[in-house]
Amino acid sequence: MFRLVKFATSAILLCVTLAVATSAIAQKSNTKFPGIGRDATPAEVAAWDIDVRPDFKGLPKGSGSVEKGQQLWESKCAVCHGTFGESNEIFTPIIGGTTQDDIKTGRVASLTDRKQPQRTTIMKVATVSSLWDYIYRAMPWNSPRSLSADDTFAVVAYLLSMAEVVPDDFVLSDANIAEVQKRMPNRNGMTLKHGLWNAKGKPDVQASACMHNCVAFVQIGSVLPDYARSAHGNIAEQNREYGPFRGSDSTKPPLEKLPGSGSTQTVAHSAIAKPKTPEDLFKENNCSACHAKATKLVGPSTSEIAKKYQDQSGAENKLVAKVKAGGSGVWGPIPMPSHPDVSNETLHTLVHWVLTGQ
Amino acid sequence: MTRIDTKRRGQIQQAPENFLTQDAIADLNKNGMDDTRRGFMRNGFMAALGGAVGLGASMNALASSEGDPAILEKQVWQTTLGKNVATMPYGTPSIYEANLIRRESPGLTRVSAASVAFTPLQGLFGIITPNGLHFERQHQGWYNIDPEMHRLMVNGLVKHNRVFTMNDLMRLPSVSRIHFIECGANTGLEWGNVAVPTVQYTHGMLSCCEFTGVPLSVLLEECSADLKKGKYLLAEGGDGSGMTRTVNLDDVLNDAIVAWGMNGEMLRPENGFPLRLVVPGVQGVSWVKWLRRLEVGDMPYATKDEAVHYNDLMPDGLARQYTSIQECKSVITTPSGGQQLLDKGFYNVSGLAWSGRGKVKRVDVSFDGGNNWKTARLETPVLTKALTRFNIDWVWDGSPAILQSRAIDETGYVQPPIKLLRDARGTRSIYHNNAIQSWKVDSNGEVSNVQVG
Repeated sequence: MFRLVKFATSAILLCVTLAVATSAIAQKSNTKFPGIGRDATPAEVAAWDIDVRPDFKGLPKGSGSVEKGQQLWESKCAVCHGTFGESNEIFTPIIGGTTQDDIKTGRVASLTDRKQPQRTTIMKVATVSSLWDYIYRAMPWNSPRSLSADDTFAVVAYLLSMAEVVPDDFVLSDANIAEVQKRMPNRNGMTLKHGLWNAKGKPDVQASACMHNCVAFVQIGSVLPDYARSAHGNIAEQNREYGPFRGSDSTKPPLEKLPGSGSTQTVAHSAIAKPKTPEDLFKENNCSACHAKATKLVGPSTSEIAKKYQDQSGAENKLVAKVKAGGSGVWGPIPMPSHPDVSNETLHTLVHWVLTGQ
Repeated sequence: MTRIDTKRRGQIQQAPENFLTQDAIADLNKNGMDDTRRGFMRNGFMAALGGAVGLGASMNALASSEGDPAILEKQVWQTTLGKNVATMPYGTPSIYEANLIRRESPGLTRVSAASVAFTPLQGLFGIITPNGLHFERQHQGWYNIDPEMHRLMVNGLVKHNRVFTMNDLMRLPSVSRIHFIECGANTGLEWGNVAVPTVQYTHGMLSCCEFTGVPLSVLLEECSADLKKGKYLLAEGGDGSGMTRTVNLDDVLNDAIVAWGMNGEMLRPENGFPLRLVVPGVQGVSWVKWLRRLEVGDMPYATKDEAVHYNDLMPDGLARQYTSIQECKSVITTPSGGQQLLDKGFYNVSGLAWSGRGKVKRVDVSFDGGNNWKTARLETPVLTKALTRFNIDWVWDGSPAILQSRAIDETGYVQPPIKLLRDARGTRSIYHNNAIQSWKVDSNGEVSNVQVG
């Protein structure tokens, strides 16, 4: 009886849903495919069509000051990008490597003189619209679409002030952003002269299809350095352990001679059907998206957590509850999301591993 | 019967020294050669060659005079009842295949929700990538999107802004086509020097599937798109990154697909379930996943992944913007970097070739670092903008060798050596490295990644 009632309820719900969907259909004329698709409402288009082009088509009205941008930055962005957008810890740096001279010429000199160790966003980006569009649509990384248009103007203003494109008291708005574009350090740094926009484009190199005696002297220019031999783990465990093409055991030095077909396998041990380690679970349950072992990512490192709770009794139970329910304020402004779907058993395994390494 | 170490199943225990028995020699001396004996001799010759150059690996050796225990002993799978049908309602590979999985390259990125998992090309056959091994590139993590809640909006330079549900889209006339997808940054770590050990990491941002969906042209026509003015298409994803890319309609209108199918089943969530754009010949970042919106426009959009990333920096400091096409390229997948040959003798050298400009016309293989080349066999099918499998025979004599492959596409473009690319583009352009790959085979049988010249 209960099941019947439940079924009836969902059937009614389904009918209601279908009715709503059907009533919304507005069929355009001249369709080749009657009954398929419907016109979008203006509100729907406005909700999704948020892109901003280099000519600023699509840019909403609004404004934001450098000062407000700095406040937003410090509370929402600095944790990943550093206070000055300089951090190389989680993502590549945003600010650095541009000069007043670049702002005059529209070409970033450090792209050629290599004085800047790493290419920053502001060195590369030619169009301020790209910064605005992306921050508005996708930032902050773990909470996209949470910034208003005014917030976005403010954050972009703060970034540009750090690159000295705008002064510290600047208010960026839809009215003056085109003027700011004229000061973008790498605004003249892009070229469309290449053959890779269209399959019919002309390639920039034409190699020879020589078949015999093509090179006088075959010289090896680069090999994998010895220290990198095991940097990608044991290659033997990344190939079949049978058949002609097995992996070499990269945890050991190369073999002294050809093993021969009758030799004992080169593979030391098998990865087959290994039970899941806490580390596997840590990755599987997405913990590793925000926490690493030794470095702070979006959240604290697992070693920091272990250190903080090392002498506290009942820490495991406390943390299990915390991971499940979520929380904030312990490690900074970025909240720990709740994880209701992870089983208690898995949570205990994970927290135990974080706290003890086992 | 001697038990054989399970690690050595099917392997020769020792090279057969007296490959012709005393009896056979006596028989030959007495009766001379006939067809039966000639056949026998041919086999014997192969064994002799094995003795000379170590061909033993391909032979079934005998642990004792009686024969191979794999044959003589009854195995458990021959003498017991096997598992029921549908024991695994969705089948998985053999446990002996557990090593062939997608892997991250350590140190490449610091957060795994904005990272890459590479396809294990070193273990795959043919041209189709199994769905579970298709490479992954995520910008803001992946989701299982409820297909009933997924919508595709088409707007911009169209007469009618339209909305389609999955139900709508899957009623439309569909096509199924095999195409490769390659990330623009594939092999990007190797512009300056050798950086990674295996083909999984040098070339593993590459996959090839049969995609099913509605042709983009059908959808745009249905919305009465103004294709005279609208030469550009903005494709937008429904994930947190709202991934956006500009697509060149002039170039791809005829073969782009709004796809839901992948190798006969729905797209995998990591690869954009329930809907993605398929842009044959163009780098993977444009194959927008969780596709939710298509906007027809009259200028390119300079999105983040067109203004900050996916630009090719040239030595003069200018960046080539909107580089999209994946030029003709190939790589030998077996033997390849990090592999260990056990013995000398015959090998089928096998690899993949592809071109974003059309079909592969020819693949040549060199065993001496590019000095001399032989043309390989292209296996069918040879399809436009799809992976093509090539094979070539090789008898390895045990001396050091450098293996290379060089593809030529139907436009006549020849895959270049790295030096030629560096001369034109320097070493800092990250994207679109389609250079000839070299694998060195040492006399100890170890294969390693090297660059020549």
